[in-house]
Amino acid sequence: MSSTDTAGQDRQRISLLRVLGPAHVWALGVGIVLVGEFMGWNFTVGKGGAMGSLIACWVIGLLYTCVAMIDSEVTSTVAAAGGQYAQAKHIMGPLMAFNVGLYLVMAYTMLEAADALVVGDLLSSVAGEMGHNALDPRPFVVLTIAALAWLNYRGVLMTLTVNFVITAAAFISIVVLFIGVQPWNPGHMLQHRELLTDLPYGWIGVIAAFQFGIWYYLGIEGTCQAAEEVRSPARSLPYGTMSGIITLLIAATMTWYVATGLLPWEYLGQAATPLYDAARVTGSTALQVFLFIGTTFAAIASANGCINDASRAWFSMGRDRYMPLWFGAVHPRYRTPYRSILFLIPIAVSFSFTGLLDQVITFSILSGLLGYTFMPINMWMFRRKWPLGTIRRGYVHPFHPLPAIVLLALCITTYFATFLGYGTQLLAMMCFYIIASLWFTFHRYKYVRRGDQFTMPWARPRGY
Amino acid sequence: MSGKAYRPPEQGKAGQIFDSIFLLVLVYAVLFTPLVLGLTGGGTVTKTVENPTWETLGQNPTMAAQWEKLGFTPDSAAEMITTRFDYTIDPVALLITAIVILGYFIFMIRFSEKEYREVINERFGEKK
Repeated sequence: MSSTDTAGQDRQRISLLRVLGPAHVWALGVGIVLVGEFMGWNFTVGKGGAMGSLIACWVIGLLYTCVAMIDSEVTSTVAAAGGQYAQAKHIMGPLMAFNVGLYLVMAYTMLEAADALVVGDLLSSVAGEMGHNALDPRPFVVLTIAALAWLNYRGVLMTLTVNFVITAAAFISIVVLFIGVQPWNPGHMLQHRELLTDLPYGWIGVIAAFQFGIWYYLGIEGTCQAAEEVRSPARSLPYGTMSGIITLLIAATMTWYVATGLLPWEYLGQAATPLYDAARVTGSTALQVFLFIGTTFAAIASANGCINDASRAWFSMGRDRYMPLWFGAVHPRYRTPYRSILFLIPIAVSFSFTGLLDQVITFSILSGLLGYTFMPINMWMFRRKWPLGTIRRGYVHPFHPLPAIVLLALCITTYFATFLGYGTQLLAMMCFYIIASLWFTFHRYKYVRRGDQFTMPWARPRGY
Repeated sequence: MSGKAYRPPEQGKAGQIFDSIFLLVLVYAVLFTPLVLGLTGGGTVTKTVENPTWETLGQNPTMAAQWEKLGFTPDSAAEMITTRFDYTIDPVALLITAIVILGYFIFMIRFSEKEYREVINERFGEKK
């Protein structure tokens, strides 16, 4: 281990570069999530039908509204890098912080795996349409992840500048498809009257659809991970995040409307690349090419942002000794968390190779959901330990504790939704976090410097 | 920072390598293996339809036309159309899942609280 590049061993620690602006934050947030409009959201249709998918989109939108309200208050007050991970360290304690960090890493790494899987599947599918059947998608999976990891290794500014360009192109492809199917002329291309059905499973299917409803928005909170590399966090993070949410709401609405007006729900509910397939049935080669590019770009942008976020979370945990200190290193030349970037590559590649898109996505969703369950508990503790007026808050969210209660209720409902159809996977994920928590508590915690976990200039928490 | 600070032991190279390998093994044993062994995934049932047609598969002419544009015939689309989720709830499995999730959060909150008191005591000093 070199003494020059290892965190904690060198007092003049090499830091990450502060080079990012609001456009990069938008690109990071939307870049990760926009792929959800090109794949994954449609599994809500499989679980609850097309109308069930729309209801899930709205209800989970309420979940994310509660997340945004709670997160705004805590993030604006805990002005430390690391987003929810830093919040957990200051409000709930090291074990919770370790778990929150792990949720972030697993959510983003599994999403990265799903992205690479989609790139491979799409190229294989297009090759099949051109007469080259049985093209193995796995080399494309490896190539995608390896190229993006290299980009991340070399520097964050280039990484997120590339993301800005390809995310914008992917968003434009959705707009082009929406205009191309002439929504002002229903019945010409869009056949909602003939394709929309009643709820195929009744209301229990609607609840079951909440599981993949998370996919419409999962990851937007990842913008907080860039806090340490943003030039002006107070300005860039809210602008980037808010413009990102607006972009996603517009894209989700157009996506649902176009796809359900072109594809039978049974197909849509199982498709790997639903928007590309929607373009195929229009019969327009131009739209098909646009959506091929859009889907590929969206998946690449998402994987790119995921490598960025997962490695930052892993790096932060290494720096705090929650993980081996070796991962807390910054590259002396490129100023990136290069060891964390490299360590997570084999995990992403392996899960991509399974080809099980809905299940890889479910692992990502469950990690995100556990993170959202942490938020209301965290909020209650935050208000109890530092009641209003005892510390300076950047923002105070209204109606407390209503958003926390609604968020917790929706999280519990979404666990139940996942149990419906994916119960074994839910238990596997819980086993993973339980074993990891035991490992941290009874082994890893002894390496953690206690006092260093609290860096905010606040008063002593009430009751301690 | 006040009070007597806890001085953690330095972890050697071998220990760091062991911990890193442990985490990889955990990911592959608990998450990856059930996936590749087919133990996870959508709990679905598939109804077999003999000599399927678009009508017997419950598809109207518009739906049938869209399937055909996607390159499907009634034979090749039958399995996709007749595969449905089975939402029958096993109360025992539901109870076990609920206990596991609740137990996990209770364990995590209690141990976090214990560790948090150590952090606060070291940061602000022991409470008189």
